Amino acid sequence: MRERWLITLGYGVFVVFFTFPLWRAAAARSSGSMPRLQSSPAGQCVAPVEQMRVAHMNMLFQWREDAVRHNNLTFVAYNGKVYRKSLDGTCLSCHDKQQFCDRCHAYSGVSGPDCWNCHNDPRAFAPRVMP
Amino acid sequence: MKITRKEFLELSGLSVLAAGALHAVHAVKAEETSHPAGAQADPPKKQMALAIDLRKCRQRLGCNLCSAACNAAHNVPQFSDPRHQVKWIWSEPFAEVFPLDQNGYTRRNYTGSPLPILCNHCDHPPCVEVCPTGATWKRAEDGVVMMDWHRCIGCKYCITACPYDARSFNFSDPRTALQQVNPDFPTRTLGVVEKCDFCAERLAKGEPPACVEACPEKAIVFGDVHDASSEISKALEESYSLRRKPELGTGPNVFYFL
Repeated sequence: MRERWLITLGYGVFVVFFTFPLWRAAAARSSGSMPRLQSSPAGQCVAPVEQMRVAHMNMLFQWREDAVRHNNLTFVAYNGKVYRKSLDGTCLSCHDKQQFCDRCHAYSGVSGPDCWNCHNDPRAFAPRVMP
Repeated sequence: MKITRKEFLELSGLSVLAAGALHAVHAVKAEETSHPAGAQADPPKKQMALAIDLRKCRQRLGCNLCSAACNAAHNVPQFSDPRHQVKWIWSEPFAEVFPLDQNGYTRRNYTGSPLPILCNHCDHPPCVEVCPTGATWKRAEDGVVMMDWHRCIGCKYCITACPYDARSFNFSDPRTALQQVNPDFPTRTLGVVEKCDFCAERLAKGEPPACVEACPEKAIVFGDVHDASSEISKALEESYSLRRKPELGTGPNVFYFL
């Protein structure tokens, strides 16, 4: 029983290390380093912000499937507006790849999807003035 | 009830046999219902096709405006290593394109110049048959043999299957072999196969393929061969046409007027 303090210390170290990601996330949240993404300059995205935040990847996959495999290019948004199902044409006409996609993906540690191996960032070619 | 070891073994053996027999019966039944004699998948309602009038094409020997327009529109990389070349529409000597259609007596006028070749968008595309991921398919509405570069795993099976050499593989990053990038069309990435898709992106907008538009001699006619009143159907009716390797049964949809 003489090593009790050593064992307790060991437990303590273990708990701290085990919960380290939680601490770090909490610290990052409170320090304000979380990227504040600019909402779409048009003021309106193809779906409500909350939905886009959690499910944009599902929508992108769905669009990809529809556009490439089913030649179905029109998307009717929740508010009745009609969009063309296109990453470079529609999404990136409002959102800036570097300022929007990359920042948040880098922050949340979600290694970038490989969209950009093939798809072009339109701003890399024709710089646009954002309103 | 008591069961002896011998009876137990006999019973279990019989049950295994019975289960196996049931499987076989089911399999045969499924085969019969899914392939009623002679039935095939519905042929596409429309079948887009291309006819190249070599009589007009020959007016401008050495012209490559069709392939230049295609390469620019689709960001087709230009690798200098001939083994790594990526080709959508390109030229080959007559002997390569129609190896069986030459004899020593034809005027060199016909056989002496290279002619443009591209994917034949076959009626029965062997590339589609072999693709393990469904990354290439024959589009039901217009018969275009499409590719989904997202889904291509680069196994190159389709390259082996295609008798027309119409598919190319990106052995290295294609972006390094592009002088200029058309921002409106994606590039490809290392390790995927690519080929002509009859400008599906332009067809969606109701425009003809880029090569058709680029030809100064209007030597390339594009349209639906299932529509008897289309320009291409009329052209095919008027002149005798050749197709590449029709004897293979692939049903190529690129026609040549000699």
